Amino acid sequence: MSSGPLLTVRDLGVSFTAEEGVVRAVDGVTFDLLPGEVLAVVGESGCGKSVMAMTLMGLTRFPNARFEGTAHYKGLELIDAGEEELRRIRGAEIAMIFQDPMSSLNPVMRVGEQIIEQIQAHEGVPATEARERVAQLLDRVGIPRARDRVDAYPFELSGGMRQRVMIALALSCGPSVLIADEPTTALDVTIQAQILHQIQSLRDETGAAVILVTHDLGVVAEIADRIAVMYAGRIVEQGTVNAIFYDPQHPYTWGLLGSITRVDRARPERLPAIAGLPPSLADRPEGCHFRPRCPHEFDRCRDVPPLVARIDGDDDHLDRCWLPVEEKRERREVRPGEIGLGRKPGAAAA
Amino acid sequence: MSVKAEPGPGDIRRTGASKPLVEVRHLKVFFPIRQGFLVEREVGRVHAVNDVTLGIEQGETLGLVGESGCGKTTLSRAIMRLVDPTKGSIRFRGEDITEAGRRRLEPMRREMQMVFQDPFASLNPRKRVGQIIRMPLRLHGAPRDEAPDRVRELLRRVGLHPEHANRYPHEFSGGQRQRIGVARALALEPSLIVLDEPVSALDVSVQAQIINLLDDLQDDMGLTYLFVAHDLSVVRHISDRIAVMYLGKLMEVSPAQELYSKPIHPYTSALLTAIPIPDPEANRRRGRVAAGGGGTPRGGVAVVGGEPPNPVDPPSGCVFHPRCPRATELCREVEPPLARYRGGHLAACHHPLNVSREETVATTRDPSSPLSAGDVLPDGAAAEGSLGTS
Amino acid sequence: MARFVVRRLLSMLVVLFAVSVLTFLIFNVIPGGDPALRMAGRQPDPAQLERIREDWGFDEPVYVQYLKTMGQLFSGELVSYSTQQNVVAEIGKRLGRTFSLAIGAAIMWMAFATALGLYTAIRAGRLSDRLLTILALVGISMPVFWVGALMNYYLGFKAGIFPNGDYVPLGEDPLEWLYHLILPWTALSLLFIGVYSRVLRSNVLDTLSEDYVRTARAKGLSERRVLVRHVLRNSMIPIVTLWGLDFGAVLGGGAILTEAVFDLQGVGQYVAESVDQLDVPPVLAVTMFGAFFIVLLNTVVDIVYAVLDPRIRLT
Ligand SMILES: Nc1ncnc2c1ncn2[C@@H]1O[C@H](COP(=O)(O)OP(=O)(O)OP(=O)(O)O)[C@@H](O)[C@H]1O
Ligand SMILES: Nc1ncnc2c1ncn2[C@@H]1O[C@H](COP(=O)(O)OP(=O)(O)OP(=O)(O)O)[C@@H](O)[C@H]1O
Ligand code: SF4
Ligand SMILES: [Mg+2]
Ligand SMILES: [Mg+2]
Repeated sequence: MSSGPLLTVRDLGVSFTAEEGVVRAVDGVTFDLLPGEVLAVVGESGCGKSVMAMTLMGLTRFPNARFEGTAHYKGLELIDAGEEELRRIRGAEIAMIFQDPMSSLNPVMRVGEQIIEQIQAHEGVPATEARERVAQLLDRVGIPRARDRVDAYPFELSGGMRQRVMIALALSCGPSVLIADEPTTALDVTIQAQILHQIQSLRDETGAAVILVTHDLGVVAEIADRIAVMYAGRIVEQGTVNAIFYDPQHPYTWGLLGSITRVDRARPERLPAIAGLPPSLADRPEGCHFRPRCPHEFDRCRDVPPLVARIDGDDDHLDRCWLPVEEKRERREVRPGEIGLGRKPGAAAA
Repeated sequence: MSVKAEPGPGDIRRTGASKPLVEVRHLKVFFPIRQGFLVEREVGRVHAVNDVTLGIEQGETLGLVGESGCGKTTLSRAIMRLVDPTKGSIRFRGEDITEAGRRRLEPMRREMQMVFQDPFASLNPRKRVGQIIRMPLRLHGAPRDEAPDRVRELLRRVGLHPEHANRYPHEFSGGQRQRIGVARALALEPSLIVLDEPVSALDVSVQAQIINLLDDLQDDMGLTYLFVAHDLSVVRHISDRIAVMYLGKLMEVSPAQELYSKPIHPYTSALLTAIPIPDPEANRRRGRVAAGGGGTPRGGVAVVGGEPPNPVDPPSGCVFHPRCPRATELCREVEPPLARYRGGHLAACHHPLNVSREETVATTRDPSSPLSAGDVLPDGAAAEGSLGTS
Repeated sequence: MARFVVRRLLSMLVVLFAVSVLTFLIFNVIPGGDPALRMAGRQPDPAQLERIREDWGFDEPVYVQYLKTMGQLFSGELVSYSTQQNVVAEIGKRLGRTFSLAIGAAIMWMAFATALGLYTAIRAGRLSDRLLTILALVGISMPVFWVGALMNYYLGFKAGIFPNGDYVPLGEDPLEWLYHLILPWTALSLLFIGVYSRVLRSNVLDTLSEDYVRTARAKGLSERRVLVRHVLRNSMIPIVTLWGLDFGAVLGGGAILTEAVFDLQGVGQYVAESVDQLDVPPVLAVTMFGAFFIVLLNTVVDIVYAVLDPRIRLT
C-alpha cells in the first residue's frame, strides 16, 4: 500500500449565485485523506459539508456554481475533470452515501435494480450474478428478508431501511474512497453500530478511506481517526480525535462539544446551545466568521485567521483562532468529558 | 397518591380527569404484499403497527423510540390519518376519527401538524420556501398582508435567515430543509405536532436550539408533541413519557427519566447500552462497534445482535425473543401483556430487569395490552434474573 | 388489477348510457329537430307527415324511441334519417381513415414532443431553448384549420410535393398511405407537440433537481442513461395522462377540423355533416363510439400509470 495521501484537497472553494447574492458555501478547504483513515467532518448545519463532499465527485456543477482550488485523486484532478473521466470514478472508486435517503432513491424503480445499475455500469457482470450480489449486500447491511427486498420499491421500506439500501449501493463496487454523508442519522443505535462496523470492515479489508460527515459526535468519537470541524464554509479546526475532543482549540469547537446531550449525565433544564445564528453564507462577517457569536473575540479577529498548527510539537492539530494557545486552555470550560463555550475573563456570570 | 381512577390507556401522568388529546386503541396497520400481474394475490402482510394502545395528554410530550422499521412512522401517520388503520380506533379530543372522511378531518388538520421524516420529499420543489410556509396560513385564512411577516418570524425562530424565503427547497442543506418542515408545522399554531425525527439532520447546537424552541412553545401555548427519534439523549430531554416500540408493538412505556435509570424491558436496556458516547477514550474501552453491534455484555444484557426481525411473519410469543438474552420457553410461546409497575411504568416482558420481587408480584395487567397477549404476568422468581444470562 | 378492469368496464357502460341519453334528448328538444319535417321535403302535407311519423315511430314516447334506436344501433340496423344509409356501415367505412390519422398523429406528436421537451429542458435558458420555446408557442397558437389549409395549398397544391387531400388505405399501398397522411398528421400534431413539449420541459426541469438524479449520476451512469431511465421516466408520468385523453378523443372522431381540411372522409367529418343535418342516428352512433374510446384509453392510461409509478395502486 502506498503511504501517500489518496486524496489531496487544496484551497477548495465553491460559490453559488443565488438571489440573495453570492453564497460562499465552501471556502479555502484544504486537507489530505490517507488510505485507511476515517476523517470525520462535523460542523454547523448548512456550513458546506455536503457541498464540499459532493464537489469532490463533481456533483455540484450547477450553472450557478463556481469552483476554486484543486482536488487530486490518483493523478486525476477532480475539480475540472471531464464528465467521462468522472463517470468512471463515480460509484466505482469514490462512492457516496447521501444524506437524505428518502429522496435519494428513485421512487419508481426497484431498489435492487438501482444497485444493479451501478454494478453493471462499472463491471461486465451478468444480470443474475449482479442480482445475487445485491441480495448479499442487502443482507450484509442488515435488511431483513433481503432476498425479497431486492424487488421492493423505496416507498415500501422504512426510512432506516432506505438508508441501508443507500449504504449497500455505496459499498457495492468496493470503492477506495467512501464519502458518507450522515450515514446513520435515520438509524437506531443498534443498526447504527452494525453499519459503522461495516464501514470499518470495508476500511480494514480494502484500505479504503472514509470521509464521514455527521452530526453525531458519539459516532465520531467511536470510529473517526481525524476530525475536521467546519464553520461557515471553512475548516476552523482539524486534528486527531483525541486532540479535538480533549484539547479543542477553536471556540466554535468548544461550543459544539458543549452542546452535546449525554444520557450518562444529568438532564439539564435547558440544552446548552451556542447563542445567535450562524452567518448567512452570502454575507459572512469579515475576518473570523465566528466572531459575532464568540465571547472571546478581540481586535485581531477582524483579520482572517489562517488554518495553521499553533501548538508546539503537534503539527497535525490546526485551527483558525487568533487566541494564544495558553489563553485558550485557560478560558475554555472543561469538565471531564464536557466542554463549554467558556466565558471571557471579567464578564459577569449570568 | 390514592387516585383510583379507571386505569385507562395513557393515564400514567397528569392523573387529572381530563381526557387525553389523542387516544389510540388496539391500532393495527398492515400493508398487504401483493404479487402477480393480472390476478394479484395477497402473499403476506407487513405488520407495521400491531395492536398499539396509547394516549397522549394535552400538553404532554410523548417520545417514541425503537428500531428502524418498527413502525414509528406508520403509527404517527396513522394518528394523522395519513394511512388508513387496518383495525382499532383513533380519537382526537375524544372524537373518533378512525373513519372520518376528508371533510370531517379538514378542521382537524389545522390542529394537528406533522413534521415529516423525509424533509425534502415533503417540500414542493417548485415552490419557494416562503410560499411553502405561507401556504397553510393562507389556506386557513390568515390575512394576506400579515403572512410575509409571519413567515420571516418563523424562519428566524427555527434559525434560518429571513432572506432564505426566496429560495427553492433543493438549494438548502439537509438540516435547513428539516427546519423548514418544522417552521411549516408551527405556522398554524396547532395543538398537536407529530415530529418524525425532526432534529436528526441537525448539528448538536442547532439541535439544542430547536429542542429549546419546542420546549418554549410548549410552555407558551400548551402544545402537545409526539416526538419520534433515534437519538435517545434528545428524546430523554424533551419527553415527559417515552414509549419503546419493537416490531409494531409497544415494549415499554415509562416516565422519561425512569426509562434511563430503570429500564425494565431487555430491549430497552439493549438500546441504552448501544448509545454511542461522545468520548473517544470511553468508547475505546467499551468497543461497541468493534464487536459489530453484538455481544458486548454490560449489566447482564448484551447489545442486541442477531437477525433483525421479519415484520411479515413476526415471531410467536414475545416478538423480541429471538434476540433476547433472557428468553425462555415461556417467551417463545406466550406473548407477555403490558404489565403495570409502580409509577405507571409499563413493560411487556416475562423476565423483567431492574425490578424487585415485591414490585413484580404487585404488577397488574394493563388494559392497553395487546388483545393477543396472554395473562401470564411476570412473577418474582423470574424477575430476579435466575433465568437470565447474568 | 382484474377487479380494476371489471370496474372500469362497468363504469364504461354507465358512461355510454349517459352519453347516449343526453345526445338523444338534446336532439329531441332542439327547435326544428323534428326529423319527419325534414324527411318530408318542402311543403309536406299533414297526411304524409303523419305517415312518416308512424313509419319511423316518431309518434311514440321519447323513451320508446330511444330504446328502439339503441336496439337498432346495437343490431347494426340503424339508418340515417337524411340519407337513409346504414349508420354502422358508414362508420365502418370511415374507421380506417380516422384510425390512420389518429394513430399516426399520436405517435408523431408524442415522439416529437418528447424529444423537444427533453432537449429544451437540458438546454434551459440557452438560445436554442428560447428559440424552440417560441416555436412551441407558435405551434400552440396556430389553429389547425389554418395551418392545414396553408400546408394543403402551398405544399400540396402549389408545390405539389404532397398529394392534395385524398386517402389510400394502408392495405392497398403502405407507402402511398404514409405519403398521403403526412400533411394531416403534421397539421394535427403541431398543437399537441407545442403543448406537450412545454409540459414535459417543466417536468424534466423539476425532476433534474431531484436528489435521486444526483444519486444516479453518483453511480457513474452515463448521462444518457441518467436522462432516460431516471429523468425521463419520472417526467413522463403526467404526460401519459394527457396523451391518453387526447388520443382517445382523436380516435373517437375528435379531429373534425383536420379531417375536414384534408377531406379525409373520416368519422369526425361524418359526424360534422350529420350534425349539420340534425341527423340523430349518426350523431348518436359516433358520440357513443367516441365516448367508448375515451373511456377505454383512460383505462389504459391508468394501467400504464400504475406500471410507471408503482406507488399508485389500481382499485
Ligand atoms: N444550489 C444551491 N444554491 C444556493 N445555495 C446553496 C445551494 N446548495 C447549497 N446551498 C447553500 O450552501 C450551504 C451549504 O450547504 P450544505 O448542504 O453543504 O450544508 P451542510 O453542511 O451539509 O449542512 P447540513 O448539516 O444541514 O446538511 C447552505 O447554506 C445551503 O443553503
Ligand atoms: N407503503 C408500504 N407498503 C409496504 N410496507 C410498508 C409501507 N410503509 C411502511 N412499510 C413497512 O412497514 C414497516 C414499518 O415502517 P415505518 O416506516 O413505520 O418504520 P419506522 O419505525 O418509521 O422506521 P425508521 O426509523 O427506519 O423510519 C417496515 O417494515 C416497512 O417496510
Ligand atoms: S419476554 Fe422473554 S423474550 Fe421477551 S424480552 Fe422478556 S425475556 Fe426477552
Ligand atoms: Mg448536509
Ligand atoms: Mg420512520
